[in-house]
Amino acid sequence: MERNQQLRRQLASMRQSLFDQGHLDEQFILLEELQDDANPNFVEEVVTLHYRDSARLITTIERALEKSPLDFNKLDGYMHQFKGSSTSIGAKKVKAESTQFREYCEAGNGEGCMKTFQLLKRDYATLRRKLEAYFQLARQAGPNEIACRPK
Amino acid sequence: MGGSMKAPEKEILGTKMNHRHRPKITALVVDDNMVIRAIHHRLLKDLGIENQVAVNGKEAVDVHSSGQYFDLILMDMDMPVMNGIEATRKLRAMGIHSTIAGVSSRSLEREKQEFMEAGLDDYHEKPLTADKIVSILHKISNHSG
Repeated sequence: MERNQQLRRQLASMRQSLFDQGHLDEQFILLEELQDDANPNFVEEVVTLHYRDSARLITTIERALEKSPLDFNKLDGYMHQFKGSSTSIGAKKVKAESTQFREYCEAGNGEGCMKTFQLLKRDYATLRRKLEAYFQLARQAGPNEIACRPK
Repeated sequence: MGGSMKAPEKEILGTKMNHRHRPKITALVVDDNMVIRAIHHRLLKDLGIENQVAVNGKEAVDVHSSGQYFDLILMDMDMPVMNGIEATRKLRAMGIHSTIAGVSSRSLEREKQEFMEAGLDDYHEKPLTADKIVSILHKISNHSG
């Protein structure tokens, strides 16, 4: 019982830090609100879908950035898709970097695109790692522990 | 982001919408992004709305050509094969009078205008929330009433 309470406290703290550190925004809370007894793993399922989908886009963008000259229209198109997916799970930092990347595309600034993409990949990997740890802990803590709305 | 609806409100809304106008509201989610499709599918289901998904505009048109009808279509703008603007024009040309709500992450007024002129009844920026869907549903009830 005590161990479980400790896990739940740890889980709540982990969740709060994702918001406090600016990794997640209120869209993540919307996903949590869609989770219920009939769909107890909805958030994890959607996040897993996102990472499967976005990993492909990351690779595509990387390859496109290796080409010369850069096709900014294509890059913008790929990043538009990536941003949409990131926005849907509440990935706040990644979303902001996606927006910045698209601005560089519009300006035809290849260096800006590349630098921003490196930052984006870093924050993308960080959030992925943190969410994986979060969901792993949530499974240990048991059901009904993910949807904890902040006060 | 005001996206939350308490469970009793959702239930009352679902009952009101279904009881007053037709046995069950149906919807089609048209989006090439699987994450968005999953979220919008769930949002609609949570509101008691039976819904299917299509991965692009062509699939949306084909499903209507096969004789299916939906009260509500949530149409993404940017999709491969056939985008939302073209799909909306085609559906209207086919005589489809469903409520079509455009959904996009684009925010330029010019782009929104082009999408609206294709035949939309409503437009919302992604991602949708329960509140946004409820406001769209009121348009269905207005069409029916």
